[in-house]
Amino acid sequence: MNEQTDVKKLTFKDFETDQEVRWCPGCGDYAILKAVQMTLANIGATPENTVFVSGIGCSSRFPYYVETYGFHTIHGRAPAVATGVKLANPDLDVWLVTGDGDGLSIGGNHMLHVLRRNVNMQIMLFNNEIYGLTKGQYSPTSKLGTRSPSTPFGSVDLPLSPCAFALGAGARFVARGIDTGLKELPLILARAKDHVGASFVEIFQNCIVFNDKTFEGFTLKKEAANTQIYAEHGKPLIYGKDRNKGLIFNRDKFALETAVIGENGVTEKDILVHDETNKILAQMLVELKSPEFPVVCGVIYCVQEESYDQAVHKQIEHAKKNGNDDFNALIRKGRTWTVE
Amino acid sequence: MNVQNPAQDFDELDSVCVRFAGDSGDGMQLTGTQFSVVTALEGSDLSTFPDFPAEIRAPVGTTFGVSAFQINFGSVEVSTAGDEPDVLVAMNPAALKVSLPGLRKGGLIIVDEGAFNKRNLDKAGYFDNPLENDSLSDYQIQKLDITKLTLESVKDFGLGNKDAVRSKNMWTLGLVLWMFDRPRKPITDWLEEKFKKIPDVAKANIAALNAGHAYGETVEASSNLQRYHVGKHKEEPGEYRTVNGNQALAWGLLAGSKLGEIPLMLGSYPITPASSLLHALSSFKEFGVITFQAEDEIAAICSAIGASFAGSLGITSSSGPGIALKTEAIGLAISTELPVVIIDIQRAGPSTGMPTKTEQSDLYQAVCGRNGDAPVVVLATSNPQDCFDVGIEAVRLATKYMTPVMVLSDGYIANASEPWKLPDINKLEKFQVNFCTNPEGFHPFKRDPLTLARAWAKPGTPGMLHRIGGIEKSYDTGHISYDPANHQKMTDIRAEKIANIANDIAEQSVSLGNEGSKLAVVGWGSTRGAIHQAVKRARGEGIDVSHVHIGNIWPLPRNLETLLKSFDKVIIAEMNNGQMNHLLRAEYLLDAYSLTKVTGQPFKISEILECIRVQAGERS
Ligand code: SF4
Repeated sequence: MNEQTDVKKLTFKDFETDQEVRWCPGCGDYAILKAVQMTLANIGATPENTVFVSGIGCSSRFPYYVETYGFHTIHGRAPAVATGVKLANPDLDVWLVTGDGDGLSIGGNHMLHVLRRNVNMQIMLFNNEIYGLTKGQYSPTSKLGTRSPSTPFGSVDLPLSPCAFALGAGARFVARGIDTGLKELPLILARAKDHVGASFVEIFQNCIVFNDKTFEGFTLKKEAANTQIYAEHGKPLIYGKDRNKGLIFNRDKFALETAVIGENGVTEKDILVHDETNKILAQMLVELKSPEFPVVCGVIYCVQEESYDQAVHKQIEHAKKNGNDDFNALIRKGRTWTVE
Repeated sequence: MNVQNPAQDFDELDSVCVRFAGDSGDGMQLTGTQFSVVTALEGSDLSTFPDFPAEIRAPVGTTFGVSAFQINFGSVEVSTAGDEPDVLVAMNPAALKVSLPGLRKGGLIIVDEGAFNKRNLDKAGYFDNPLENDSLSDYQIQKLDITKLTLESVKDFGLGNKDAVRSKNMWTLGLVLWMFDRPRKPITDWLEEKFKKIPDVAKANIAALNAGHAYGETVEASSNLQRYHVGKHKEEPGEYRTVNGNQALAWGLLAGSKLGEIPLMLGSYPITPASSLLHALSSFKEFGVITFQAEDEIAAICSAIGASFAGSLGITSSSGPGIALKTEAIGLAISTELPVVIIDIQRAGPSTGMPTKTEQSDLYQAVCGRNGDAPVVVLATSNPQDCFDVGIEAVRLATKYMTPVMVLSDGYIANASEPWKLPDINKLEKFQVNFCTNPEGFHPFKRDPLTLARAWAKPGTPGMLHRIGGIEKSYDTGHISYDPANHQKMTDIRAEKIANIANDIAEQSVSLGNEGSKLAVVGWGSTRGAIHQAVKRARGEGIDVSHVHIGNIWPLPRNLETLLKSFDKVIIAEMNNGQMNHLLRAEYLLDAYSLTKVTGQPFKISEILECIRVQAGERS
């Protein structure tokens, strides 16, 4: 620890670098950067023990703007690089920054495996449903029919849901936030940091240049109460300006539905209570789409298991305790002979 | 080898080449390996060549399911697995068919005639039984019903027929041990250890081994079986073992990690013939070596780069197709100037090529195969013992110069075994790996004025916070820079850093012969042994020829041009279509004769010798 951290709690400003931030004015990335810097300050992060790793894309410029260690790698491969960082030094706190193209298209395989292995790191996937840096092509999360330079007549392939992908890959922590949610996002990121293992956080990020307002249906501040649910473990999944709407489970259809408390005999008791350890529930929640449903944010799924890096180092520590690192003995194991 | 006078007496031989060939399930690799171990323990020099089929479990009896193991051993220096086997042990018709073309005329064939039934003959594509016509008249044939003899020898152990038949490789080994007067004890010890938990199997195998040996003892003088004696090779005093290339390379990397006190992290993805490196390094846990079997080749190298960023030495191992996938990431390591050791166990290409067959055709890929001007250090191994030294050197150069180091080995070296004089780690030269901890004037691309290596500050160090990436950075600050002049400067400095390493590696020597001779054969990698023997024989014939073996592929040794131009004529022999020839021509305007071979098989001594004779004007 350096002296500064001993004497004075760092503020978000201490996590700003001297580099000029180069995203387009109005890009959602600015707000996320602020939220991350606030989070780091809130959780008392030690700059020298913190590493930001990114791939390629607008979001992946992120490490240059955070006053910690940082590695801006190559397209899609950040999870693999970050895994190497974490394995080499498990004491480092690793944050991964990626986007929908970087993390789910070119790097989909690595994302799958970092989640499956449960390598201890925070993964922030900035989902703007478009390729920004390469000037606006549709991405694997773009809505069907998206018109872009590479799909002038509209895209014809179905988008994937990042959180559903993460759950399918075996992620033990899945959360969702919104770029402009400066109140919620630091709380979600702090939870992600607390969780030991690969914490996956999808952040809806507005690309003002190539895909402006794509999330407006549920992110507009004045409508947010009616269009979002902020899931909290142990609390009913209630939303609405008047806090009178909620999610109920329809047993006949095996599906979630929205309901209004006081209508059709629905009482507050009928509203589902969020259980972040219930994977089936998580899988249903992440599939709810605007505008038919409110979009669920917050910590959707969280179970604690041993992380990959812990398990790897446990084996090594065990071997060190029970074996010895005598090189000369190692190469002399087996059959040797002596020439006089 | 001379087999004209069969008798129970020993014939003394300088060297002999034996090939064990059988079906994949016949245990020929095991037989060969055990025979090698005993041969080595007896003090002969040796070189082996395991020749695997491509299929894991090919259909029984087919030619493509033949698995062979060749060993060349002698009281004289042996540096290849032998041009032409003197003795062939063929366990079935397919093995005979596949191995016969390579056999020396007049050589001895020991066959299991019990396996020469209609079905096996059909599968091997023989219309007639070759044991019953005169198609083998150029050779000496010893027909034995090994299957039957084995079954008899193990009948007391109550094994099922399948297990009993399995012991026939031990019966055969027993006979071959008798032929070459090698002790059985190391094998019986090994069998007892291996089958500790199933003592009946151990006993049966030992009985089969003894029976094969006893068969030799009682053989009639009229038989083609004959005993030979191959003496000890005069080796330097010391402790020895046999080792193959991948094992030695794994130990070399570990030794490098010890000598430089730098932790290792291997990221790898299984691929033939490199997987055994992953296996070997995975067993060094007590040394703190971390291994990561990644989801693919790209993740493998990326994890290694991540580990290097974090202050370990990242290593990745693969073969040609996997290296191709790693290419972009190698560029990242070049651009961020992080150390990483990239091992390429070459195999026949392009694309999937022939995974189990050897080749040296990744030279271009190693030296030139990246986008941008992207030099790396390239080292080549020449034999199993050299793998150990190259492993250490790769660790030293990567960490000292903050650069990727590519190590080129190949499938032949990877699997071939040789005696190796065991080093004492305490007597090997240590080297210092430097981490920057001084914040004074620090930026990540601040360079050591001598090595031009950038400062390596590892995360976790206070006061050294920095960000790096694959975007061009400013020479002066390490920040992102798109400045045109700066890019020129950074490109130049990256090239200069690598070129400068020529001052830190040995000058090129002549391994046999003299500078300025009429002719030189230049080689690199696993052709070393064959070239050495060919040059030795040619010199014996009075030809003024020398052997130059290049281990440092990039940068090339600083005196290489002068040396090569001192010869009247240069032959460049390599197992590709002339890649080193192109490289040397491009670098030095050297007009050399290119001798190439891409059959998936190593060079024969005779092939190189013939080329030397022709090029020396001894023959046209
Ligand atoms: S292109 Fe879009 S995502 Fe990229 S910086 Fe500009 S606004 Fe942000």
